[in-house]
Amino acid sequence: MDDPPIIGAADRPRLASYVRQQYDATRESWVLQAPERVLVLDETSKEILDLCDGATSVEAIVSQLAAAYDAPRDVIAHDVLAVLSLLAEKNLLDDGDDVAGGN
Amino acid sequence: MSVAGTEPARDVAALKPPLGMLAELTHRCPLQCPYCSNPVELVRRSGELSTEEWVDVFRQAGAMGVLQVHLSGGEPTARKDLPELVAAAQGAGLYTNLITAGVLLTRDSLGRLVEAGLDHVQLSLQDSDAENAERIGNFRGGHAKKLEVAGWVVEMGLPLTVNVVVHRQNLDHLDDIIDMALDLRAHRLEIAHTQYYGWALRNRHNLMPTHVQVERATATAQAAEIRCRGRMVIDYVVPDYFARRPKRCMDGWGNQFFAVSPRGNMLPCHAAETITGLVFSSVREHPLRWIWENDAAFWKFRGTAWMPEPCRSCEFRERDLGGCRCQAFALGGDAAATDPVCEFSPKHDVIVALVDGNAPTGRPDYTYRR
Repeated sequence: MDDPPIIGAADRPRLASYVRQQYDATRESWVLQAPERVLVLDETSKEILDLCDGATSVEAIVSQLAAAYDAPRDVIAHDVLAVLSLLAEKNLLDDGDDVAGGN
Repeated sequence: MSVAGTEPARDVAALKPPLGMLAELTHRCPLQCPYCSNPVELVRRSGELSTEEWVDVFRQAGAMGVLQVHLSGGEPTARKDLPELVAAAQGAGLYTNLITAGVLLTRDSLGRLVEAGLDHVQLSLQDSDAENAERIGNFRGGHAKKLEVAGWVVEMGLPLTVNVVVHRQNLDHLDDIIDMALDLRAHRLEIAHTQYYGWALRNRHNLMPTHVQVERATATAQAAEIRCRGRMVIDYVVPDYFARRPKRCMDGWGNQFFAVSPRGNMLPCHAAETITGLVFSSVREHPLRWIWENDAAFWKFRGTAWMPEPCRSCEFRERDLGGCRCQAFALGGDAAATDPVCEFSPKHDVIVALVDGNAPTGRPDYTYRR
């Protein structure tokens, strides 16, 4: 059974309001803090998240990163979707299209 | 003698700093849930760490790499200094999770915690049915109050986790419990099968579910996980008594996590003091980092070097890290032995007998926590 993809090209993701990014001096990396969950971010994930401002579409994020790294678009798209799907499944992302106050 | 033997070599190079800590601020609690995992000998108020002592614990924890604190107990909101403690944890860089029954909160007192920087509330509910919920918690009016508190949490913009401990007396209501959490706009629902430590062990004959209940509940929870995807996260794990392999308890003894008891003992987990023969260090006497890196009780069951057979040669040893030491002690008298829930344990028949034994019907005769 194929579930519909949880993240699509037109989505404009941003971190949910209750998720905090902070720099962890002990581990020397950025982490995401969420209810009873910690995600240690690798460099790739951090760069992707930095572009998630609720106004930029996933497609645009892929384009920006592909240009910045002069890398094949489909490789970048794969990474971006993998990272964002993981976060979306854990309910750590909002979509910029959501009306404030929606579930 | 339960924990005799020489200590295996300490792999200090492999030791990583902890990610999370449990702060048991008090054992005081207005509810009397029979499944409570607090020790049967509850710490008195006079024995509790002071405000200053907790502030220092949080400062040290942040400095050694702890990222999240679970403010718990007993009932953490029984502490009048809770806003100060939340602020101190925030100041130390810790993400704060309040693990609460909610019944002592007012809109104002919750607001003060939010102002102090509280990040997240995990609210317990005992059932979807108010009457049964109150029979379980033995606190009149508790259920309605909890629903009100949930509303305030969401209104104030904090993420809400609903935690429901499940057992024979409420498992048949799981569909309604899930709907209740959805109605409360919980970000997350923890369906936590009772684990048999402390008071829960005393009440096990009232709480142990039947095979059919566990199968049905597992199917219900797994279906709900899928249909709630993107709306509410559901955390559900098959209880280890009904599984063939043990759980990866706490992600490993002394691996990612530690607890501090109300009187200041630093523990690998909240139940560890049930293991007789282990001596724990106090944060009143040693720095937390020293305890994490040097305390004998923390090294006792770290990694895999301590394991007896069949665990020592088992292909799954790195996956489950030998299961639960407290359980091995409670069920077999030896904290260093294979966790009896494992099918490879020589004492596995104890679990089978418990699980297959006839579940008493009729009204439960709870030994209430007090």
